[in-house]
Amino acid sequence: MLNALGDPQSLLLLGGSSEIGLATARRLVTGRVRVVHLAGRPSPALDAAADELRALGAEVSVHDFDAAAVDTHETVLGKIFAEGDIDVALLAFGVLGDQQRDEHEPMAAADVARVNYLGAVTSGLVCAQALRRQGHGALVVLSSVAGERARRSNFIYGSTKAGLDAFAQGLGDSLQGSGARVMVVRPGFVRTRMTEGMQEAPLATTADAVAEAITTGLRRGTETVWVPGALRYVMSGLRHLPRPLFRRLPL
Amino acid sequence: MEGQLTGWGRTAPTTARLCAPTTADEAAAALRGAGGRGAVARGLGRSYGDAAQNAGGTVLDMTRLAAVRSLDLAQGLVEVEAGISLDRLMRLLLPFGWFVPVTPGTRHVTVGGAIGADIHGKNHHVSGSFSRHVTRMRLLTADGGTHELLPGEELFDATTGGMGLTGVILDATIRLLPVSTSLMTVDTERAHDLDDLMDRLETTDHRYRYSVAWIDLVARGAATGRAVLTRGEHATADLLSPRQLADPLAFRPRSLPAVPRGIPGGLLRTATVGAFNELWYRKAPRERRGQLQRIGAFFHPLDGVPDWNRVYGRAGFLQYQFVVPYGQEATLRSIVEQLSRHGCPSFLAVLKRFGEGGPGWLSFPMPGWTLALDLPAGVPGLGPLLDRLDEQVLAAGGRVYLAKDSRMRPQTLSGMYPRLAEFRALRQRIDPHGALTSDLARRLAL
Ligand SMILES: Cc1cc2nc3c(=O)[nH]c(=O)nc-3n(C[C@H](O)[C@H](O)[C@H](O)COP(=O)(O)OP(=O)(O)OC[C@H]3O[C@@H](n4cnc5c(N)ncnc54)[C@H](O)[C@@H]3O)c2cc1C
Repeated sequence: MLNALGDPQSLLLLGGSSEIGLATARRLVTGRVRVVHLAGRPSPALDAAADELRALGAEVSVHDFDAAAVDTHETVLGKIFAEGDIDVALLAFGVLGDQQRDEHEPMAAADVARVNYLGAVTSGLVCAQALRRQGHGALVVLSSVAGERARRSNFIYGSTKAGLDAFAQGLGDSLQGSGARVMVVRPGFVRTRMTEGMQEAPLATTADAVAEAITTGLRRGTETVWVPGALRYVMSGLRHLPRPLFRRLPL
Repeated sequence: MEGQLTGWGRTAPTTARLCAPTTADEAAAALRGAGGRGAVARGLGRSYGDAAQNAGGTVLDMTRLAAVRSLDLAQGLVEVEAGISLDRLMRLLLPFGWFVPVTPGTRHVTVGGAIGADIHGKNHHVSGSFSRHVTRMRLLTADGGTHELLPGEELFDATTGGMGLTGVILDATIRLLPVSTSLMTVDTERAHDLDDLMDRLETTDHRYRYSVAWIDLVARGAATGRAVLTRGEHATADLLSPRQLADPLAFRPRSLPAVPRGIPGGLLRTATVGAFNELWYRKAPRERRGQLQRIGAFFHPLDGVPDWNRVYGRAGFLQYQFVVPYGQEATLRSIVEQLSRHGCPSFLAVLKRFGEGGPGWLSFPMPGWTLALDLPAGVPGLGPLLDRLDEQVLAAGGRVYLAKDSRMRPQTLSGMYPRLAEFRALRQRIDPHGALTSDLARRLAL
């Protein structure tokens, strides 16, 4: 259960070796979280993550979960929720793709869409239904500022995040009054493995900063979290920029 | 009907199916039909935390089971359904010269809630907790059966303070306290710091039936722990003025308009509370004896402002109440200093001395000092601070009150309540499928 200060006791991390996901898990485990379910594709990194969280005192179980295998989500996640209440489900999986290649290989672009959007729709719905049955809990969805307005340089990825973001907002509205809720997290450029070697955007941030913003948002019951917070205003400016101008920005 | 529920602190809302049985049979049917996420009884929701919530399950609103079954005016015994409030009981009984044996800081609690939390009042050092005055009760258990319970029986002792987790209390018989007027005679004095306060309480408390001290937790330095003590007794008729004597048992508590919804959070800053506390302390007489006060003013000053819990805004608030045994004054002193140093804006910080504990397995009171304080949930660093205080309370052999808790760790709790293992075993035995459960039970693995 969430306590009066918004501290959860159990966590389901979808995308079990995501850096932001793990940074968040680490933070939560040093607080009240004792039970962690790591759901991801089997890998040494996933096992290492489990060991690290165990060393911090959590009871960790690892589940074979593939975001792209949408037809398995009900079964895999159903089993996890059957084991006990989940206070926070963190949807942290996602791929960046390679825009230049993907523009010429539609099937590769489809993979990005399948994981980032389709996979989130199915697993998000399964989680939301389970949380609704529980009468409490938060589904935290890692969106991105890239979804706020698609840019020439990464519109494939950006459009999947746009879809995910819209989906998560609507899902949140559908949970009104159920005791469960959705929190949408929109980080800017995050320095992680996924973005290694890329040119940093202004206001770049770290996985730890995102994790901190997530835990603060959980405590406050926020619906939308921007990381860093200043991006909220930057993006609201960019969103309303006329297209001819927007196109010419070096984004 | 589905609805979101919180406790009095308005934190951690969860959604449950609400039903309000009007008969014992309806309550039994609701319990049987509760489904996988179980059910729990709720009184007037005056627990601060999540004791009367059950996320995704059923919550039985007991307030319609509120009949008075019988009243023995000669012996001072009343048999009531569990959903009746102490407010109604007082209105009913005072004209006959009877008073409830124990009342908390609000009249708006039910008899079921009073037994479920085994509440204490300002007279604990003399009268013990509420359940000591319960001569029998009837409990609806998970199997749908009802059990007549007497003090000394295992299930009786597990139920008093059992936070609704052994079953649903349907009715109870309570032994009342005879009074000859509805006024209190009250002595007030100021203590200029914590040592002074503890000294006054220790040496003179036994002279009063009712005793409580309000501490200014914002005061620091030499004034740390300065306080106003109010202690009293039911007034006898000879103390009343001729006008008062015309209707010595009158009881017509007044109420101010309710606090409006939508008060912004953060209104209660340390500075505002500091100013209020300063005023409150100065306003109290240095020493006054034998002031006549109405029951409402003495016992339930906050009841005069309906919905005052909204003052804390959206983030809500919590109450931290703990007890440490006599001999552990150093811990108490250190905790008061830590709270005052942290700059917690608390209007309400109340210190009192407990007498003997009762037999309730999870009952809170034990001989010692108990401190209770209201805190806005948004105070920075509050979680870690209270976690540290929990550890100190535990190390001192004390405990935190479940009816007020909304944030403790399960591991800490089990160290505080030595009979928790027995309580769990009993629940396992009489309720193997967990038909009775609550958010509190889930959070603390009760
Ligand atoms: C302003 C204020 C001052 C207070 N002062 C004090 C004080 O001085 N001393 C003190 O001890 N407490 C105090 N309290 C706490 C309060 O007395 C307890 O929380 C009490 O249990 C509230 O009763 P309720 O009817 O509102 O019960 P709820 O809060 O609705 O429920 C409390 C618990 O009792 C159980 N319960 C309720 N009805 C039944 C039933 N019929 N059968 C089985 N279980 C049941 C519930 O499941 C829950 O676990 C105070 C609270 C407030 C708001």
